[in-house]
Amino acid sequence: MTRYLINRLLQAVPTVLLVSILVFLMLHLIPGDPAEIFLGERQTSPEQLEIVREQMGLNRPLHVQYLDYLANVMRGNLGNSLNNGRPVLGEILTRLPHTLELTIAALAISTIIGIGVGIIAALRHNTIIDTVAMMLALVGISMPVYWSSLLLIVLFSINLRWLPPIGQGSLDRLIMPALALGLLSAGSLARLVRSSMLEVLSQDYILTARSKGLHQRRIIFRHTLRNALIPVITILGLTFGQLLSGAVLTETIFARLGLGRMYVEAILNKDFTLVQGTTLFVALAYVFINIAIDVLYVYVDPRIKYD
Amino acid sequence: MTDTVRLNLPASAARHSPSRRLLLRFGRSLNVLVGTIVLAIMVLLAIFAPVITTYDPVQITPQLRLRPPDAEHIFGTDDFGRDVFTRVAYGARLSLQVGIISVTLAATIGVTLGIIAGFYGGWIDSVIMRLIDVMLAFPGILLALVIVAILGRDLTNVMIAVGISSIPVYARMARGNTLSVKSIDYVAAAQAIGAPTGRIMAVHILPNIIAPLIVVATNGVAGAIISGAALSFLGLGAQPPTPEWGIMLSEGRLYLRQAWWVTTFPGLAIMITVMAINLMGDGLRDILDPRLRL
Repeated sequence: MTRYLINRLLQAVPTVLLVSILVFLMLHLIPGDPAEIFLGERQTSPEQLEIVREQMGLNRPLHVQYLDYLANVMRGNLGNSLNNGRPVLGEILTRLPHTLELTIAALAISTIIGIGVGIIAALRHNTIIDTVAMMLALVGISMPVYWSSLLLIVLFSINLRWLPPIGQGSLDRLIMPALALGLLSAGSLARLVRSSMLEVLSQDYILTARSKGLHQRRIIFRHTLRNALIPVITILGLTFGQLLSGAVLTETIFARLGLGRMYVEAILNKDFTLVQGTTLFVALAYVFINIAIDVLYVYVDPRIKYD
Repeated sequence: MTDTVRLNLPASAARHSPSRRLLLRFGRSLNVLVGTIVLAIMVLLAIFAPVITTYDPVQITPQLRLRPPDAEHIFGTDDFGRDVFTRVAYGARLSLQVGIISVTLAATIGVTLGIIAGFYGGWIDSVIMRLIDVMLAFPGILLALVIVAILGRDLTNVMIAVGISSIPVYARMARGNTLSVKSIDYVAAAQAIGAPTGRIMAVHILPNIIAPLIVVATNGVAGAIISGAALSFLGLGAQPPTPEWGIMLSEGRLYLRQAWWVTTFPGLAIMITVMAINLMGDGLRDILDPRLRL
């Protein structure tokens, strides 16, 4: 197992390096002079630009600049925000807990609804319940999160007056964004669980369990569900990615001070160091989350050999 | 010395060619049928928008501000007095364009890269798949956001951004299927008679791996419509006053309390279009690739 983990981490090294090169090049890929981008809208003379270029080391060869950037990243220095001058890593770490809170709550909602609906649909295969459940799943998949969020606000804040429409810091303010995000991935999860359950239910060992006269509940929970949920782990990474993109939208709609909203604002304000730093942070986090999921998958399914 | 064998095929089999049989299966799939009809309505709405409605999608009429739906304005009017139905109809043009163009871009580049990687193997495969891994390191629409940040905010860049960010799906799938197809005898036979590599890829490999790719591309159009509108919703895509569904939702959210119609209709338009395309995708999957049936 440890060997598998080390192998998987080593395999990720080239990806991580290439990601860092791409993120580093971002500033150079943007049309225009990086020094001018750093100075923003301010009026500048050519001499001032030259000073900035010198200070930023933009006159040095590109590979030297990259190595310098990499060394800084290794030390946890992602530069300073062009907008407020604060360290980028600090900004990310301040916002991260809000996004994590939202993502975890959404993942919980999505798992409960998705797995629940998937199981019911599979057990009532080819009945009206199955059809309705799958129609709902299709609606969930087809509904953009930025619209479902608005509908939730209309229902729970404007009509029923149960929940505050925006903000963060309390449970009642977390419910709507988490629900909107959770429903987004619940649909695809329900479809996957249903098809996976149906496949397991047709296996010989289920027939054996039935012929032994085992109780239906025992067959479902002990024999079917444990095997049917294994493929769900494979899409966890995808779900996490989906939730993270969804967080960009829900945080903007519900005015939550999370990573997603910060990212959009950084793009809109042309705060490129913040964009660069956040992109690198999220991409690296995503690579490692996927490795963790791979390891978890091997751990949960003993049929897979980790050599 | 030659023996002839008379085959007693059922009359129906003799009557229909394989392509006709496939067409019949399409016709019998309820999903494909419903999806196609709904999508056709949206396409007609997009094409004939100037004929269906006489209102201007961008012209401001302050005296008609936030009128609820009535006989004159069936979807009501927005904050600038513009007819919401007209804007939804014109918006269909943009969203369908974003969906189709970005998927065409993604599929063309992705499938080409995937076939090349799968066919040649070795270092070419390694280089291409490493690049794909790097793209996959950016979750969801993050890569599209990065590209928009680099290229600038407008609708063309949204199409490019959404297109590029979906390349990995097609590349991985095309590569995997190419690997299984290239070992089949007819590819070896084509190589043996000296067929050019490009021709082998285009004539012998592509047609044999295309079925699952069509399914993915169909669902991809739905995803691209959602992502495209999301970028415009965030202010990173099409810019006001363009009649785009994402912009309409974003502008309308300021009036959720007074004017539900401003956000409801563009929201419904996105959901219905995406649902129709997803239904088509599901139906196509059942017909073309029954192994993937849900």
